[in-house]
Amino acid sequence: MAARWQALERGPVIPGGSSVAYRTGDWRQERPVLDLERCVHCLFCWLYCPDSAVLVRDGRVVGIDYDHCKGCGICAAVCPPKAGAIHMVPEGEP
Amino acid sequence: MKTVATRRVALTGNEAVALAWKQIRPHVVAAYPITPATQIVERFSQYVADGEVDTEFIPVESEHSALSACVGAAAAGARVLTATASQGLALMHEILYVASGLRLPIVMNVGTRALSAPINIHGDHSDVMGSRDAGWVQMFARTVQEAYDRTILAVRVAERARLPVMVCLDGFTLTHSLEPVEVYPDEAVQAFLGEGPRDGSSLLGEEPITVGPLALPDSYMEFRRALAEAHARALRILEEETEAFHVHFGRDLPALLEPFGMEDAEESVVILGAYADVVEEAVRRWRERGRRLGMVRLVVFRPFPAEELRRVLARTSEVVVLERADTLSGLGGPLAVEVRAALYDLAERPRLTDAIFGLGGRELRDAELDAFLEAGPRGRVVYLGLKEAGDVPEPA
Repeated sequence: MAARWQALERGPVIPGGSSVAYRTGDWRQERPVLDLERCVHCLFCWLYCPDSAVLVRDGRVVGIDYDHCKGCGICAAVCPPKAGAIHMVPEGEP
Repeated sequence: MKTVATRRVALTGNEAVALAWKQIRPHVVAAYPITPATQIVERFSQYVADGEVDTEFIPVESEHSALSACVGAAAAGARVLTATASQGLALMHEILYVASGLRLPIVMNVGTRALSAPINIHGDHSDVMGSRDAGWVQMFARTVQEAYDRTILAVRVAERARLPVMVCLDGFTLTHSLEPVEVYPDEAVQAFLGEGPRDGSSLLGEEPITVGPLALPDSYMEFRRALAEAHARALRILEEETEAFHVHFGRDLPALLEPFGMEDAEESVVILGAYADVVEEAVRRWRERGRRLGMVRLVVFRPFPAEELRRVLARTSEVVVLERADTLSGLGGPLAVEVRAALYDLAERPRLTDAIFGLGGRELRDAELDAFLEAGPRGRVVYLGLKEAGDVPEPA
């Protein structure tokens, strides 16, 4: 933001929903890779994701929002071992 | 000038503040009782329990939570009050900055008190001075009447300046002493304060907003500069709102500072809070004996009224600062350090003596003050009323 300080009458109050525009995905060291062939759509990853970065449509996991995923790995950790649908890979590797 | 019909009742400082709270009719009070401000919360929760006020009263488990709840409620657009003292204010410290940084108009009464260790429940100004840079407006009452008046006034100042405001009353000296107080009718207080701060741009307003987003090096500094500007503007707002208070209630309060005998003073005493009464009596005694002594009581410590103070002290050659806190820097207490800084820009600077007194509730007696003033200023830091070796009997 580039507001002049003279304009900051109200302090740090900005329009709502601004975190959507703030892309935190570039903080990532590791990237979750989702194997939809193995996914059982239990939605644990969606439930545990602290950044709401697991994309779900009609009750089924459809992908990862890499613009906001910080690569914490919680999704991979809670993915049931029998399914093993999410693996973390170093950022920059295919 | 309109004057409202008042009722004269005997109240302690804490009771007077609780009554002011009831008349302010805040939407939310979140508070944790701590000596010597306990009775403010106790008495007010009784008003709530008895249905005399429909405030949402949140009994919390700590002062950190108390102020956190106040921050949330104020961000939602509520008129919010709280009270604390000493260790409780210290526990709020982190959230003090959140309240001022978010520009929330919270009003807090502080029953000023010493800080541990060693543990001490009695009055001095160490707690408030510990939060001097937290971005809150800090007003000090001299009497119970003033504690009552300033609590009401503070609501308007906070909401106009968009700054949180502390109204400090000396622990026990004001919180617990009974004084006749002229009390205004409830309707007069409510007419003065109006509806409250909700302005459509709070969390409960029409548009969704984010309060307190992340501000990294690209913008944090601008927010701090804007906060400094809000404080600079608060001096004028304090003056204007004090005058509005005068017009509405008929009571003429000093806005930033209160001079006594300064018209022809060659020497002056600067003081904050309730001990101004003791000093004013001393000034009166010395003036009768022909000494041209005056007193300046500071009403606000934040924002610091440097220009006004400079103007009133410029003609005196000696300034004695009497204060109830220390910075431990060897340069004196926080008040003296700031008075000294304010005077530095004068071409001819008065000599300044800092007398630190009354820590942990030690009384300042007339004889001690007289002896100190008799000896004349020293141009350094002294501890007034301190027991030196030989003053105290050796333990058996």
